[in-house]
Amino acid sequence: MQLRTEPFVLNIGPVHPSTHGVFRMRATLDGEVVVDLEPVFGYLHRGIEKLAEERTYGGVIPLTDRLDYVASITNNLAYVLAVEKLAGISVPERAEYIRVITSEMQRIAAHLVSVGSFLNDAGAYFTPFLYMYRERENIVDLFDMLCGQRLLYSYMRIGGVSQDLPDEFLPALRKFIPHMRTRIDEYDWLLKENEILLARAKGVGILPRETAINIGASGPVLRGCGVKWDIRKADPYSVYDRFEFDIPTGIQGDCYDRYRVRVEEMRQSLRIIEQAVEQIPPGEVRSDVPQLVRPPAGEAYAHVEGATGEVGFHVVSDGSIAPYRCHIRAPSLMNLTALKDMIVGWKIQDLILIFGSFAITMGEVDR
Amino acid sequence: MKFERYGIGIAKGMTVTMRNLLRRRITTQYPEQKLTVSRRTRGNELVWNKEKCTGCATCAKTCPQGVIHIVTSVGEENNYNVEVFEVDTGYCISCGLCVEACPYDALFMAYAFELAKYRRSELVLSRDDMLIENKQASAYFRPEVDKDLPEQELLINRKE
Repeated sequence: MQLRTEPFVLNIGPVHPSTHGVFRMRATLDGEVVVDLEPVFGYLHRGIEKLAEERTYGGVIPLTDRLDYVASITNNLAYVLAVEKLAGISVPERAEYIRVITSEMQRIAAHLVSVGSFLNDAGAYFTPFLYMYRERENIVDLFDMLCGQRLLYSYMRIGGVSQDLPDEFLPALRKFIPHMRTRIDEYDWLLKENEILLARAKGVGILPRETAINIGASGPVLRGCGVKWDIRKADPYSVYDRFEFDIPTGIQGDCYDRYRVRVEEMRQSLRIIEQAVEQIPPGEVRSDVPQLVRPPAGEAYAHVEGATGEVGFHVVSDGSIAPYRCHIRAPSLMNLTALKDMIVGWKIQDLILIFGSFAITMGEVDR
Repeated sequence: MKFERYGIGIAKGMTVTMRNLLRRRITTQYPEQKLTVSRRTRGNELVWNKEKCTGCATCAKTCPQGVIHIVTSVGEENNYNVEVFEVDTGYCISCGLCVEACPYDALFMAYAFELAKYRRSELVLSRDDMLIENKQASAYFRPEVDKDLPEQELLINRKE
């Protein structure tokens, strides 16, 4: 007997635990196989680019925290670098080192969240996630000591950082580095060759190298495809050219490669922190910048390597105290454009996993 | 994909679970027990020093959210009297830019964080709600009070 079949449209999200925020996917299914996918976003749109036009240059910094809220420091950094470039402000040496240390701490914290939630999506329900969050707590503690909050730091300032490191910060950080190394090894031992993870993630959701480059993907999604592209090496900002580190890359660009790239990046970040803690000079942490910065008319673009990819700010000035235009290059949004190509043809269970391997933050996608 | 090494993952997983089962607890029972937070903590309210404040309203101009409301009148000695000083903590994002901007060190961030209220109007703090005599000020941008405050409890220093 011949059964009549027709495609089934399934809405996943906007409120769904595995969409990592308020994201909606309209998946057309043929049985279990996804034949079409339409991403729908904009549920978290707060108009940050427009709000920035009404604030002073310094007052935009708290807004940038709210873009990628698991990696606030790198957003802060990209914005202040753009304004400093525009206004021609120099930064003291110690502040540059503090910026590098905090960015790398932030990268570890954000990758712990991404890896934890990726394993959650793979079905290891909350066990590895809580291990990752326990390690993240150490970093969050240090950020709390540094700037008084645990999530939205607003730590960078135009011309430096807001306050100097407290006396007990560097000893605690020195203690954290070997602790984190042993923990990464322990979780690798647990997860790297786990047969369920290999069966679920290896060879699933392959992003071809050419597609990744063409859509403008960046961060672990691009490096997972084997492309050696990292802003820290390609266009060094701050004092990144003084440190030794490698760029980990994947082989074929599947979910497993993206997961491995994140774990290896955490190791490299620890390496950078270790060198920066040794080299950090004493001195000022903030150059003499007036409270109301008035950059000359013009425009500047600055980009940093965030946890999800290239975070960029394009700031246009008309000579007043507020930006005339502030465009944000959100890496999560660029990476999301690859979603349809990667998911079509896979089963619905893999959809959740492939989407989880992107580790997007909706605050950044919708802005 | 074939299951070639079936069972090893479970054995490893159980080892890690056992290791974690036998270690010391790292969580605290929150409402009963509280950890000491950072000295530079940015809590949900502001603390105001009445004596030091000159009513210059730099804080109100700096606030990105525009939640600080100041009304002043001219006093006898050619100074400003602060008539109204209100902060709507319902819209405050605790960024600390007002504290940073204050030229007379009269404004502080506070330690308080459990400030849920039933009505939005109760979230508006008046000048008497913020007096430094009754509140615990934090050392955010005020390094002079740093030494008197208790040290932060860190997870990294906890015994395993």
